[in-house]
Formats: sequence, structure tokens, C-alpha cells
Amino acid sequence: MTRDEMTRETTEEPMAKEPDGSARPGDRLERRTTAEGAATPARSATPDPPAAADADPVISLRGATASLGGRPILRGIDLTVGRGEVVALLGANGSGKSTAVRAVVGQVPLTGGELALFGTPGRRFRDWARVGYVPQRTTAASGVPATVREVVSAGRLARRRFGPPRKADRAAVRRALELVGMADRTRDPVGALSGGQHQRVLIARALAGEPELLIMDEPMAGVDLASQEILAGTLREQVAAGITVLLVLHELGPLEPLIDRAVVLRDGCVVHDGPPPQAVGQHALPGHDHVHPHAAPDAEPIRTGLLT
Amino acid sequence: MLEVLDYAFMQRALLAAVLVGITAPAVGIYLVQRRQAIMGDGIGHVALTGVALGFLTGTNPVWTAVLVSALGAVLMELIRWYGKTRGDLALAMLFYGGMAGGVLLINLSPTGSNANLTTYLFGSITTVSQQDVVVISLLAAFVVLITLGLRRQLFAVCQDEEFARVTGLPVRTLNLLLAITAAVTVTVAMRVVGLLLVSALMVVPVAAAQQATRGFAMTLALAVGIGVVVTLSGTVFSFYKNVPPGASIVVLAIGVFAVITALAAPLAKRRARRPAAAAEGRCTLKDDVLV
Repeated sequence: MTRDEMTRETTEEPMAKEPDGSARPGDRLERRTTAEGAATPARSATPDPPAAADADPVISLRGATASLGGRPILRGIDLTVGRGEVVALLGANGSGKSTAVRAVVGQVPLTGGELALFGTPGRRFRDWARVGYVPQRTTAASGVPATVREVVSAGRLARRRFGPPRKADRAAVRRALELVGMADRTRDPVGALSGGQHQRVLIARALAGEPELLIMDEPMAGVDLASQEILAGTLREQVAAGITVLLVLHELGPLEPLIDRAVVLRDGCVVHDGPPPQAVGQHALPGHDHVHPHAAPDAEPIRTGLLT
Repeated sequence: MLEVLDYAFMQRALLAAVLVGITAPAVGIYLVQRRQAIMGDGIGHVALTGVALGFLTGTNPVWTAVLVSALGAVLMELIRWYGKTRGDLALAMLFYGGMAGGVLLINLSPTGSNANLTTYLFGSITTVSQQDVVVISLLAAFVVLITLGLRRQLFAVCQDEEFARVTGLPVRTLNLLLAITAAVTVTVAMRVVGLLLVSALMVVPVAAAQQATRGFAMTLALAVGIGVVVTLSGTVFSFYKNVPPGASIVVLAIGVFAVITALAAPLAKRRARRPAAAAEGRCTLKDDVLV
């Protein structure tokens, strides 16, 4: 990625989504979004060249079904994420987004269909160090105080499960904290953090294992705009470094320019797999900041410009 | 003061007290972290059946208590996995079953009576035998090995179990190991603190420590420190005043909790008064909201 390409991409962007219209250097995904998404919004989903070049997709769900408490939640979804792709899983509450990602990380058993991670069938997959997981949490705190560093260090166990941490482990934890802009808060108790800082800690915890695949469940829930921007910056750096991302989002927000592809779920089925939906109505107004930190989770139906 | 050390039974009791003071908070911190502070209490009740079984079969009650309480702890862990809906009822059943089973079995045994049980319920400084000391030391070594050696792993599991599973940690094995370690700790503590109050020593030092700490490692260290201080001083107090050591130790622990809580508030206030913190704590920003 050269400086030239970055400049060109940014200037080619037809409509700057950020309120101040500032450029977003280092965003290598801009071109794809611009060339494909804006020009032909209704095109069908085609696998990106890097994904096609790589024999095995990073995530592959085929006809996956799952139920919780006897009620079917996933009713046969297909979801493929290629290497280096950033895929957003969208949908209303109860559409099965969280269940889908929890199935991918093996926390919800599939009742049918197939799951493969890095080409290995889900049942036999053991290489969890390659996966960084950010579960849906409102807090990182538990019954006993813990410092930011202690919580983030837990993520390093993916790389070194037993045995004392070495220099490289401590360096990885420090790097992860720097990536989310929490390096100055390492000794603070997580109980004293804001919602956005909690999410940054949880993301740092996933990054501490230096994963190839980052799976995040609603990382922007209850996060203020400033923290959303920081998280978007963190993610942008990771994507530039080649990480693959699958994330559940309620709304695209500041992450919008990073998203290669959106998969929209409704009632446990995939209803859209292709370019991210465009913001419509209020969300498209200039200056609209895409943040509803205090709205009730179900008060804001997802605006899928292409679909509704 | 040091005359307490002239008695062999007191030397044994004090050694047992130190081991209890170290192990109970070291295990308890994980239970508190997982918000299962009450689990130690459940294991204590189940261990009572184990003690009675020892009397009935004529074996050392410490061993039968380890066995039965470990089985009970594993059962509780299984209930936590599979019986998500009415786990509290199953746990309550285990409480009552353990208590009733203990009283039933002790009265069936030729040598036992409820009076025997009382020393196990509230602890006793005179009954720690030479053999007990050896067994307690071995068991305490096991507990320390697990709780300190697997500190980072157990921390991760108790902090966020789902995340720990996705890191590839053997979460089920670690949970079972923690349950068994808690059961072993109950048995270590039952001679000195007693089965009904052992849970207090797992929870109260941790609760006291976290009034003043910001991190897990510090909480663990301080809780173990508080644990050792209260078990030692409570045991000595029991020697002079002839009360069950469990009662004096737990009352002391709660006293320490109260003192630390009372001191922590002004301490935090003073911290906020420091010049740097004061500048942070005052509003100096102007209205720059666009309207």
C-alpha cells in the first residue's frame, strides 16, 4: 500500500461519510467500497479476489442451523469470510447475529450444517490462537477488582496457555493496549472505566493473542462517538496489517468505510450478502453521527437502504 | 504472650491456622470473582456428611471429608453446567442433604454423637492431632500449588468463561480442578475454623482486601495477608478465652473488613485532593456546543 494509492482512493470517494469530511489515510478498503459499492449498489455478491486466491476461506458456515431452548435461531445460514475481508453481520435484535458468531467460535452447537475455520472442520479446530474473540459485554468487571493489564493479559493465554509469561507476551499485551489507546490506564481497575473504555479493553484482550481472525459481537454497543472513532482507527490499522474481521453491528457508524461486505440476517436467515447498506433517512443527513448510546436496543430498527 | 507456643497442641493448632489463613482466601478469591461466594458454604455442609462417614467407618474423618466434599463440589459444578434453570434449588438440596446426612450418619455410628460434630462445625484448637497436621499440610500444599500456579488461567476462566473457552483453555478441567481445590480447602479449614464458618474465611478476607485494592494480584496478596493475621490472632484469642476458634476468627475477619472499609473512604478522598487530581476533578471547559 503506497501513499499514492491512499490519496487516490480518498479523493475518489464520492461522498465523505465523516462529518468533517476528513480523509482517512491508510484505509486500503476505500477503493473496493467506492468502485463496487457506490457504482453498482445492487450488484450481487462476488467473492473478493484475495479470498478467491486463498484456497480455504477463514470462516465457512454452510446451511448452519442452531436452536436455543428448543427455539430455532439459525435456520440454515451460509456465511463465508475470506482472508483479509471485513464482514459486518447486521440485522434486528433476535435475527440471530449473536448466535451466528457464537456458533462460529464454538459456543453454540450447530444442530445442522457445517462450520469450518481456516479450512478445518469446526469440531476438530484447535488452533484458537489464530482467533481473537470480543464477546458481547457491557462490562469487563467481575466480582473482584482487576486492572486493565490483568484483563488484557488473559487474552495472551491463547498463545501461551500454561507456563509463566515471557518478554514477548508482555510486549504483546503492551502493544494491544497501545493499539486501543489505553496504554496510560494499564494499572487502573476496569470497574472504573466508561462503556467505551470497557470495549477498548475487551478488544485489546482479543488483540493480545495476535490473532489472524478477529470476531467481535457488538463492539460499538453503548460506546460514545469519541471511543467509536478510536476503535475504528484501531481496526483500520489491524485491517491494513492483513487481519480478517467478522463483526456484529447494530449500525455501521464510523466503521462504515472499513466494511467490505455486509451480511444481513432476518429471522435466522440471510436476506442479503453483498455491499453494506447505505444509510437512509435521518442517518444519511450530513452531520448525523450514527450514535445512539442511550437509545433502547430495539428502539432503532436497522436501516438497510437496499432492502427496506 | 509466647507461652501459647509452649503447648504442643497449640503449635499444631497455630500451624493449621496459618495454612487455613493462606488457603481459604486463595481459593475464595476465584469463587468471589465468579460471584459464587456461597459455594464454599455448600461444600462445607456436604463435608459434614463426609466427617460422619469417617466416624461410621472408623477412618480419619479428614480423608472421608475430602472425598465426600470433592464429590459434592464436582456435583455442584456439573449442576452449574447442565442445570442452568434451577441451579439454586439443586444447590439448596445439596446444602440440606449434606447437613442432614451428617447428623444421621454420626448418630448411626457407634462412637459418634452430635457433640463430636460440634468441634467440626465451629472448629477446635485442642483436637488438631499430629496426624491431622501432616494431612492438612499436604492438602494445603496442593491448594497453594493450584491457586497460585494456575493463577492466570483461573483468573481468565472466572473473569469471562466464554472468552476463556475461545482462547482454547481447558475450561471444564480448570473448573473441576477449582471445585476440587475448594473442597480440599474446606477440609483443611474444618479443624480450625469449622465447617459452618469456613466459607466466611474464603469470602470475608477477599471482601475486605478489595475495599483497598485496584487489581487482582494485589487483592489476592492482601486477602492472604488478612487471612493469616485473623486465623493466628483468632486462634490465640481462643486459647485464652476458651471459645471456638472459628467464631473468634470470623468475628475478627469481619472487624478487619469494617476497619478497611472505614479507612478506604477517606483514603480515596485524600487521593482526590492531591493537586493533580484536583485539577482533573474540576470543570474548566468552556461551552463549545454548536447550536
